[in-house]
Amino acid sequence: MKSINQNVHQDALPDFGNLGVILRIVLIVLALSGFLALAQAGNWGAFLPLFLEVSAPVQPVLVLSILALSGLSRWLRRLDYRTGILVVVLIELLIVTVIHRAGEQFFGGDPYGQLERYWLFTLAAAALILYYFHLRNRALSPALTEARLQALQARIRPHFLFNSINAVLSLIRQAPKRAETALEDMAELFRVLMADNRVLSTLAREVELTQQYLNLEQLRLGERLRVEWHTENMPGETLIPPLVLQPLVENAVYHGIEPCSETGVISINVYKARDEVHLVLRNPYRKDGNHHAGNKMALGNIRERLALHFDAEASLKSSLTDDAYQVHIVIPYRTEAR
Amino acid sequence: MSKRGQTLRIVIADDEAPARSRIRDLLEDCAASLALEVVGEAPNGCALVEMLQHTQADVVLLDIRMPEMDGIEAAQHMQKLADAPLVIFTTAYDVYAVKAFELHAVDYLVKPIRLRRLYDALARVRSITPLSLDVLQQLAPEARRHLSVQERGRLLLVPVDRVLFMRAELKYVTIRTVEREHLLEESLTRLEQEFRERFVRVHRSYLVSRDYIESFERGADGGGESGWVVKLRGLEERLPVSRRQQHVMREFGRL
Repeated sequence: MKSINQNVHQDALPDFGNLGVILRIVLIVLALSGFLALAQAGNWGAFLPLFLEVSAPVQPVLVLSILALSGLSRWLRRLDYRTGILVVVLIELLIVTVIHRAGEQFFGGDPYGQLERYWLFTLAAAALILYYFHLRNRALSPALTEARLQALQARIRPHFLFNSINAVLSLIRQAPKRAETALEDMAELFRVLMADNRVLSTLAREVELTQQYLNLEQLRLGERLRVEWHTENMPGETLIPPLVLQPLVENAVYHGIEPCSETGVISINVYKARDEVHLVLRNPYRKDGNHHAGNKMALGNIRERLALHFDAEASLKSSLTDDAYQVHIVIPYRTEAR
Repeated sequence: MSKRGQTLRIVIADDEAPARSRIRDLLEDCAASLALEVVGEAPNGCALVEMLQHTQADVVLLDIRMPEMDGIEAAQHMQKLADAPLVIFTTAYDVYAVKAFELHAVDYLVKPIRLRRLYDALARVRSITPLSLDVLQQLAPEARRHLSVQERGRLLLVPVDRVLFMRAELKYVTIRTVEREHLLEESLTRLEQEFRERFVRVHRSYLVSRDYIESFERGADGGGESGWVVKLRGLEERLPVSRRQQHVMREFGRL
């Protein structure tokens, strides 16, 4: 059954706690208020005061809605999709009613007009927003599958595979024990590469995988490769898409270490600051190396997967100085999948 | 080259120690039925060219992707040696190079190398034709990083990024580095094509390095017909800019 269901699309409410989702809701509601004001206003001059007038009751509803929905997000997502929608709409109607009553209390009389009108507006806005997220979910889901495929494609360079096999072959006669370890590392690496990479993995696992990869590179490159790990303050339990760090380190070896005869240092710094986890990777860089296209593709792939999982809460920045290349990734600290 | 039936002298060039040791193992296996000996190993192209100055070899098993100087460039410089060894390229994965090798019938082995393939390649090595410089230049995906000049019976490697300018003479080219001048037996036109990213032609007989251009000045009379000269970093002498190449100065913010 499981294998049959794998490709069936799952409708789900958006994660209301996500910054990107919140931002989108705010923008949609503001745009709606803007259009409403624009439709009422006879000219541009009348637009701004009307916009403020329209927004006045909308803002408190918006703020309360976001607080309520983000607070209840986890519980909401556990509900069946249809029930979830019903609950969200009911919450919205409740909030609008409360604000409307409060308005009557504060300003006296009926300053905003009839409550039924507001219910209608609320229903329309809620339907529009939920439909938007429904479509977005639909649109992104194939992308999630795609992202998995890309993770498979942008993986290990064939160059690395064949050179590593060659290195292991050279060990078999002289150091059979080391050859065994190397093959085990390789098996581990390929197990992850061939796994379903749509689900999040833990940071500790990703770091371990990267170390296994580096063991293999160390075998080939010997003293030319030196790795400095700074993982003392690493929150190993945080969730991260698989194959984020490893491909970056692979790039660092390919562009930063292999073109040089001398020893080069790759430094990997993983730490937690407030609710964010930072991964900083540095490697030496030589100007006349010209293999940029491959690097850009890998970065694009990782950036896309981070966005699919964390939306606006994750970022990836790369910078180049005279002799060093740095990639800085920030992901939210999370220990359970939302 | 040694004569038929004599021991085959082999040099292994590869930047990865395990890759060299693997080839050594395989050569030992071949040695049972083929007279051969490994006379040297090199971790990059520069070291290989240097070694071949004083080590006689018949064959080089030459890796393509190496730091400092890749295999294809090393093969180009080796052509200038008196007793240039034959070359069999080795590569782990290089679609581009392998395609080019097939096209030009250049001998190559893919890593991991099979004993049988290595044996066959070595067994018929004496019948392969030496690589021509033309073919090697077509194989090279990018400009060389060194120029090789013959001086007092030795092959000297001059890093291209140390060269200030190149000047065409009657039958050869003079290259001027930060320290001194060398004579190069190549044509300025070919050099201009190969190094167009690094060097710019300012005059019929001058290519100057973009990295070293300091300024353009109005020359008194040394400025040729255009009246302009170019000043290079670390060089007293001013070089003429011809009227036809005056447009080059625009690129550097003059005129």
